[in-house]
Amino acid sequence: MPKTAIEAKGLNKWFGEGVARTHAVRDVTFDAYFGEILYVVGPSGSGKTTMLSMISGILRPNSGTVKIEDTEIWGLGNDALADFRLHKIGFVFQDFHLFPRLTTAENVAIPLILQRRDWDEALKEAVLDLEIVGLKDRTQLPPVKLSGGEQQRVAIARAIVSRPDILILDEPTASLDGDTGRNIVKFVREHILTDQRCIVIVTHDSRIYEFADRIVKMEDGKLMGIERENSNGQ
Amino acid sequence: MRGILHIAYKLLINDRAKYAALLVGITFAVFLMIEMTSLFAGILARSSATVINIGASIWVMDPAIQTVANTIPLPDYVLDEVRSMPGVKYAVPLYSGSALLKLNDGTYQAANVIGLDDTSLFGRPSLLDGKVEDIYGENAFVAIKDSEFYKLGNPKIGAEFELNDHRGVIVGIARVASSGLFGVPTLYTTYNRALQYIPNTRFTMSYLLVEPKSSADVAPIKRLVTAAGYLALTKEEFVDKISDFYKYKTGIGTNMLIMTVISFIIGLSISGQTFYTFVIENLEKFGALKAIGAKGRELIVMILFQASFVALTGYGIGVGLCTLIIWLARLRLPDYAAMVTFGNLALAFFMVVVIAAISSYVGVRKVLKIEPFDIFRG
Repeated sequence: MPKTAIEAKGLNKWFGEGVARTHAVRDVTFDAYFGEILYVVGPSGSGKTTMLSMISGILRPNSGTVKIEDTEIWGLGNDALADFRLHKIGFVFQDFHLFPRLTTAENVAIPLILQRRDWDEALKEAVLDLEIVGLKDRTQLPPVKLSGGEQQRVAIARAIVSRPDILILDEPTASLDGDTGRNIVKFVREHILTDQRCIVIVTHDSRIYEFADRIVKMEDGKLMGIERENSNGQ
Repeated sequence: MRGILHIAYKLLINDRAKYAALLVGITFAVFLMIEMTSLFAGILARSSATVINIGASIWVMDPAIQTVANTIPLPDYVLDEVRSMPGVKYAVPLYSGSALLKLNDGTYQAANVIGLDDTSLFGRPSLLDGKVEDIYGENAFVAIKDSEFYKLGNPKIGAEFELNDHRGVIVGIARVASSGLFGVPTLYTTYNRALQYIPNTRFTMSYLLVEPKSSADVAPIKRLVTAAGYLALTKEEFVDKISDFYKYKTGIGTNMLIMTVISFIIGLSISGQTFYTFVIENLEKFGALKAIGAKGRELIVMILFQASFVALTGYGIGVGLCTLIIWLARLRLPDYAAMVTFGNLALAFFMVVVIAAISSYVGVRKVLKIEPFDIFRG
């Protein structure tokens, strides 16, 4: 039985008050396991991003709990939560959000720098991770000199450089053409996923569904159930 | 924290256009602020040149005096009265006036003439050339080698001129601490010769210079002089009185203040706006850093570091530029009255810190407001 990485229970989130109140996520409960890639799919406005933000310690739910490896993350203070994210969770944002004035190596090294690691040591590790994502010869270039696919790989390298247990990818193929997007997710499946890591991907892109272990569907803020299960039957 | 500052530094200097705009803004503001305040400091220092150069501890004068240049002559009996006051070690008269000289080449030149007490020569300048006793010689004058000296035709000892149809001879060349404000050369002679050569009113003493027996005697002497209907000021008080006149009663101070404030506003506008744009352009990235795990205070440190770095660099360049301009100006214009003081530098530094603080405050507010969730939402 795989170990539970994320345990979300009864998550609710609403924005605004009175007549303007929008219930973005309604009573969502699910688990994610180490060694799997879990897709969260659904139409725009279904609450995927809100749910993703709550399980990654970015947006506080109005009710419900999120446990990551036995830590109730919303019980942590702000600084402790930031530290938790820094050490346990890696993020790949839809628009990458790489600093255009830093080199790719410096961009990748940022989480290590935030962990107070020595600058040179952090850069050395960043270069190793750029090697993993196939960008060893691009370490000194600024991200703007790279293609969209390469920038996505830099973002992935940045997300894994601190060896997080949880990897969150928000619409990883949205800014890429079909083939490049597919190759990126395939790469994540083959090289980034390990037995000690859980990857959660929010996507619209049905062309990459084949790389998921499980797919959960959201609609109108509710979890509509598991659309596809992996061979382990989880 | 060093690594975070390193990132902040690279983000700043790698954005060359904005970094240059920030530097230009701060440098320009610092340059203008120091230039304005230095000019003012130079004017103030020169306006008190006679007081500084003579160096007497206490100056007795008519209460209506506003600057050292506009004298109101005192009657002779005041000298006797002051000399008889308890606590007075000695008191001597001083003549300070202006005269029109006819130089050897036939040209006319206005000059300040200082007449020193014949007996003591109290307040005499330090001689570079010649002997002090020669001042007692016939028609003797000592020329002051300051920035106006060339206007006398760079005279040597023995050079002659005419003063009010009297023959004058340079018997010494001396130096003083400060040049005068009005761009005219200065001659020293004895008190009696000054009275003899320059047409005068009934009363003749411009000032009484007083040396107290001890510093404790200063206040009683001032009280007694006030009771006699005159004004006694220490050297520092007299310098302040003259400065106050130029600051508050001539419009020079107000104009300089306005220019300094305008410089501050220009600097604040350019650098504040540029820094704001810089932060706004990186705002999503700062949000991404927050999502990754950066704490609010780390982002504040980054922004404060960037603002401080740019402010200090701009300050240094501004000070250097101002010093260079003053130096170059002095090569061409020896009378150029500008003086960079620690006060000017401190004022400009304070204003630059305020500019950096206001600029970074706006940035910090923006960065603290951005939620990592906004980054996910796009």
